[in-house]
Amino acid sequence: MKQFFEGSHAVAEIVRLCKPGVISAYPITPQTHIVEDLAQMVADGKLDAQCVNVESEHSAASVVLGSEACGVRSYTATSSQGLFYMSEVIFNIAGMRLPIVLTCANRAISAPINIWNDQQDSISLRDAGWIQLYAENNQETVDLHLMAYRLAEDKSIMLPVMVCMDGFILTHGMEALDMPEQALVDKFLPPYKALYKLDTAEPLTFGALAGPDYYLEARYAIQDTFKDVLAMLPKISEEFRGVFGRDYKDCLVEEYFTKDAERVIVAMGSVCGTIKEVVDELRKKGKKVGLLKVISYRPFPYARVCEALKNVAKVAVLDKSVSLGAYAPIATDVKAAFCGKKKAPKIISSFVAGLGGRDITLESIRDIFRKLTVREVNGEFIDLKPELLKEKYED
Amino acid sequence: MKEIRIHARAGQGAITTAALLGEAYFKEGKYPYAFPSFGAARMGAPMNAFVRVDSKPVRLRSQIYTPDYVIVVDATLMRGYNCFSGLKEDGVAIINGPDSLKVPKLKAKQKVIMFSANDIALKFIGRPLGNTTLLGAYAAATGELKLETLLEVAKTRFSGKILEGNLKAIEEGYNHVRAVNS
Repeated sequence: MKQFFEGSHAVAEIVRLCKPGVISAYPITPQTHIVEDLAQMVADGKLDAQCVNVESEHSAASVVLGSEACGVRSYTATSSQGLFYMSEVIFNIAGMRLPIVLTCANRAISAPINIWNDQQDSISLRDAGWIQLYAENNQETVDLHLMAYRLAEDKSIMLPVMVCMDGFILTHGMEALDMPEQALVDKFLPPYKALYKLDTAEPLTFGALAGPDYYLEARYAIQDTFKDVLAMLPKISEEFRGVFGRDYKDCLVEEYFTKDAERVIVAMGSVCGTIKEVVDELRKKGKKVGLLKVISYRPFPYARVCEALKNVAKVAVLDKSVSLGAYAPIATDVKAAFCGKKKAPKIISSFVAGLGGRDITLESIRDIFRKLTVREVNGEFIDLKPELLKEKYED
Repeated sequence: MKEIRIHARAGQGAITTAALLGEAYFKEGKYPYAFPSFGAARMGAPMNAFVRVDSKPVRLRSQIYTPDYVIVVDATLMRGYNCFSGLKEDGVAIINGPDSLKVPKLKAKQKVIMFSANDIALKFIGRPLGNTTLLGAYAAATGELKLETLLEVAKTRFSGKILEGNLKAIEEGYNHVRAVNS
């Protein structure tokens, strides 16, 4: 049965249904509503969990690191500077193979200070050893959280998952969605039993020193597991479809009119909805265009991306973040996927849009399709206002 | 697809207004997507809330530039800012403004309804928050929503005396427009 939910409230509700034992977070816009709701649920006795108040995101991440190491399913959420303040612990969580789920309410990075949406925060932590999944709408946000816990806690994976949802657009966006029932959630997500945990009766050390003789293997093991994630996520998605009826296919990418397409945009997150509108509009005019939505950014599904785009003549990659001084992040991965391949798009152009909440309109997307010509461009900024660049400080 | 743009200042309840509108459309079997856009992210700063509604799930995630309907919660926003930019040729604007204010002149087919929703709210709720009154006016002026649906939605949102006041405010807003139109 569909209900009308604010995105943040929907996340809190699905997290409640996943029955975490410990929640710790520090409020930051636009993540705040999620943890406010969860704290309320704990206070009202609707969720049997410890809600640990902390003085910073560094501590919030440290608390869930500790609780997860004790074998307790744990949850946290953050945004932007908060995620960066966590970053030291974020790498540790992955290194200790702790299957925490974190919601990143995507927001731009300072300076200049900006509370609005882009994806620079989570993208900047792409190398941390966390699985990163990006949602297009709030139904997906809910479903990805559920799959995230299953994936993270699978004994062959044991890695943390960051579920990324666009700040405001999804966190504060209200729409109709199906909230899974508790009985089905319980069926899909059994209670968590850790392989190893902190226990005073049987003491262990997590995150011990590893010298040059061991460290490299610890990193290799994570890299190797990411290959398994590419095989495991489709299996979990298939099982999810069986239990809840919603089909995310392999849950690595979504192909929207890519099969016969001559021009395709690659993108992540809520902007994919806007792109689908433009694809429909241009298809009606007989233009062979499509969208490749990346759901799993880490691991990056290189083989799936190649398979989906190998017969497409022109590809545009839309990034909502930048790697200053280099090619844009998703574009880099898409280009790398085809490096040395015989069957590849003739053109892979890269566009940057929506930084700091600059609205991505239908016209922005049409502009990208128009600019996807035989002339390859790299990191072209869409909706740039050149007149602002000429402004001078005068007192 | 219908698009509604709400103009207000942060703290005046525009998000709640959008949420109530969304809830009401949802109850009537539609697929609404309601969302805010903050300006300076400070109390009193101009901001927008939007509702986009369709018979199928809404995918478009941009802000609203060519609304079918505009709701102005605070008439002072009309000073030096075009609240009606992009309003459809046959669009409707509902403005919460004092009787002393001159009704803005829009295009020939566009409908403007201006009245002091704040006065009505003050009378029934005890605070000058005209949002629910404006929603009643919206239902009557556009024919988009049933009055009963709005009342039902208000009951899920408010309780006690606040609820009573808001129910009366919604009805009063609705009746005001009906009286003007007849």
